[in-house]
Amino acid sequence: MKYEMNCERIAESLIPYLDGRASAAEQRELEAHAAVCAACKTRIEEFRSLSVVLEELPRMQPSVAFDARVRQSIAAEPRASWLGWLMPAPRFAFALACLLALFAWTSRIEPNVSDGASSSAQSEQDFRIIKDLDVLENYDVVKNFDALSELPAAQQSQAGPDQNQSKDQDGHI
Amino acid sequence: MARSDVQLMLEAKAGNDASFEHLLQRYRTPLVNFLYRMVRDSATAEDLAQEVFLRVYRARHGYEASAKFTTWLFRIATNLALNRIRDTRHQQMEVSLDATTNEDDAAPMELPARELRVDQFLIEQDRTALIRRAVESLPEKQRIAVLLHKYEEMDYCEIAQVLECSDAALKSLLFRAYETLRVQLAPLVGLAVSPAPAVPAEAGKRRLS
Repeated sequence: MKYEMNCERIAESLIPYLDGRASAAEQRELEAHAAVCAACKTRIEEFRSLSVVLEELPRMQPSVAFDARVRQSIAAEPRASWLGWLMPAPRFAFALACLLALFAWTSRIEPNVSDGASSSAQSEQDFRIIKDLDVLENYDVVKNFDALSELPAAQQSQAGPDQNQSKDQDGHI
Repeated sequence: MARSDVQLMLEAKAGNDASFEHLLQRYRTPLVNFLYRMVRDSATAEDLAQEVFLRVYRARHGYEASAKFTTWLFRIATNLALNRIRDTRHQQMEVSLDATTNEDDAAPMELPARELRVDQFLIEQDRTALIRRAVESLPEKQRIAVLLHKYEEMDYCEIAQVLECSDAALKSLLFRAYETLRVQLAPLVGLAVSPAPAVPAEAGKRRLS
């Protein structure tokens, strides 16, 4: 779409034109307009003149102490050390701490579970020892057991077959 | 062959402080001048420039060569300068509000007349002061645009990034700024048409010509 250059549109292309960055088409249009518009022609000349005037503004030099102050402030900055590589970012550190806490918590529960398992294994082992005790298989030991002799006669006669039964069952309770 | 800004910054990122020193030497004068023309005080300008370099140094580990170094540098400088200007303005407002003034005793506000400026110029022969005042009296955004365009020769794209506006908006902003300066400096602009004044060696870079 082609726009016709006029006094208002010159605002869009005058700066690029003076900088030598306007397109060929923009340049042609602007020059064509300036050829027929005295006000815009004057404006272009005054903008050029203004550019020269603005260059009169001197550039100041930083003070002698400036560089030293900058170097000093940079030297005061903490240096990156090998420890810095080990230091994780705050969010990562927080996540890691949470994971460790979770691990520690679950570790406290797990021993209880393993204790239960070991205690059941222990009682099973105890049962096996009791079951295989020689004393129950040895009839002489049972017969001569002092505690049994102190029992009343009725109980003794009752206890006798029980002992025999025990023996019949090959010592298995 | 001189190393590019990006190359120097990447070296500084890798821990080479000598490369950062090169950047300091390359940009100390443009940065201090830019800040001086923003805050109008040389000591404050140096303080702010020091802060800019320190911030760049601190941020070196996260530096990515995606944007031009100067865009980044002057964006930090612009933000610091604008904050300082606003702080100063706020303090001045507080002082003026706290001060109990008698309105009858207060001097009437004098609006600077264009003729008065010309008279001052003719009497003082101080073209530089007149130019500086004209530039410094521009609205902040226009002033930044002119300083970066005229004196730092930055591309439209770069300046637009610093000011966070479009290229088209920047060109319009620059036009309005130069138009204001043309009016403010009309006596000088008229005189400069023929014969052009000698340009000092340390004068700003050439743009718009």
